[in-house]
Amino acid sequence: MRKITIPIRDETILSLKVGEPVALTGVMITGRDTVHKWLIETFIKKTRPPQGEDLQVYEALKPILGGGVIYHCGPVVSGLDTKQYKFVAAGPTTSIREEPYQADVMKHFNLKGVIGKGGMGAKTLKGCQEVPGVYFHAIGGAATLIAQSVTRVLGVYKLEFGVPEAVWVIEVKDFPVVVTMDAHGQSLHEVIEKDSARVLADLLAK
Amino acid sequence: MRDLTNEILELIRRTSSDLPQDVEKRLHAAVENEAPGSAARGAFETILKNVELSRKNSSPICQDTGTPIFYVKTPEGWSTLKLKQQIRTALAEATKRSYMRPNAVDAVSDKNSGNNLGGDDFPYIHFDEVEGDELTIELMLKGGGCENVGAQYSLPDNRLGAGRDLAGVRKVVLDAVQRAQGQGCAPGILGVSIGGDRGTGYVKSKEVLLDKIGTRNPDPKLAELEERLTSEANQLGIGPMGFGGKTTVIDTKIIGLSRLPASYFVTISYMCWAYRRRKMTVKGDEVLYD
Repeated sequence: MRKITIPIRDETILSLKVGEPVALTGVMITGRDTVHKWLIETFIKKTRPPQGEDLQVYEALKPILGGGVIYHCGPVVSGLDTKQYKFVAAGPTTSIREEPYQADVMKHFNLKGVIGKGGMGAKTLKGCQEVPGVYFHAIGGAATLIAQSVTRVLGVYKLEFGVPEAVWVIEVKDFPVVVTMDAHGQSLHEVIEKDSARVLADLLAK
Repeated sequence: MRDLTNEILELIRRTSSDLPQDVEKRLHAAVENEAPGSAARGAFETILKNVELSRKNSSPICQDTGTPIFYVKTPEGWSTLKLKQQIRTALAEATKRSYMRPNAVDAVSDKNSGNNLGGDDFPYIHFDEVEGDELTIELMLKGGGCENVGAQYSLPDNRLGAGRDLAGVRKVVLDAVQRAQGQGCAPGILGVSIGGDRGTGYVKSKEVLLDKIGTRNPDPKLAELEERLTSEANQLGIGPMGFGGKTTVIDTKIIGLSRLPASYFVTISYMCWAYRRRKMTVKGDEVLYD
């Protein structure tokens, strides 16, 4: 399996093709529904003024996201009382819900990779070509196994969003993923969608 | 009345961390159907490794520990009020111990309660009084990814050419599977109800998932449709995680309900491969887990 470290350089991103298994090592953040909406509204479209520590959090996230990776994940975390955080279970959540936001977040932060499950749509695929970036697919439901590749929890922001929706900064080692959308406009999800639609049409005609 | 809080806590631990044998067996069989080196085979191998590790560590199979749905059958003499309180206490404790993720989010304020206790309907508990002297509690954990791809059709459906008969049921179920792609963590298990109103349709399409994999509806027409749907869904080639592959659906379960003359609903609950359901039985002093 090909090993890649975060931050990821453009030439590495451009060399990745759909179907390629990859092991990721470095620092990334988790961010899902609430985080994407918050990033877009507060810092990108600016339809809502920053509140509380928003601006400090934004400054802290910029260097992690620049050349970095965001993980669509709402983990189970132990050590909440003592702040000795540990990821207990941390598989991917369904990515398509971030379709309205993802490409803009990628462009704004120069984000190189998005990890999730189920794939994303045309807007994100175009974003992957522009940035350039890729979509990495993790195995849905493989939460205990994936949590083992999280070596350390470095911190947490926006815990008021709740444990699953917070921004967790994590260090990972050999985090296993497969490229399913690349920077050249190829998407495994688009192919499977079209092929299965054709089979469905035949079955419905029976 | 006996306090079952600790026993229910154990039920939750088992349900979240220990995948039932009938499901695991099917996943093992599915690996062999995928080509060596394919993404589909890799997905199954990862899934099975995770199943083993979660069981060993008592940690959640999936971080989305889902909507906790309890089905409680009580003989005469048990207080459902007290049982409800014990279930809620056990669930909060299970969350503290990281068997469960805090999953109850107030839909208006967006606040996560932090302990898995939401309003009166979270966790969701069904009570039924039964004959005999055995109390049973079944727990199903259904994640949000697969819940989101559930679907309800009102027949006739002109787009699909689906009329009000079993041929129409077949068409809409296949459509739902194709639309789900890999989003519900395929391979899935389909719970299908025919009839009912919009509410009971969804309730029953979930309940039917409590039966073991391979259990067929006693009506031969429905049993045949169950098998046909599983086989045709697998022709769609969506495969595990939507990577493409031979196994898209592991099993299909259908239940027929009563309907109004005006309504013909077909409701599909899609269960992810992490098909977490467990049962405990209380008989006298004994507590047994399946």
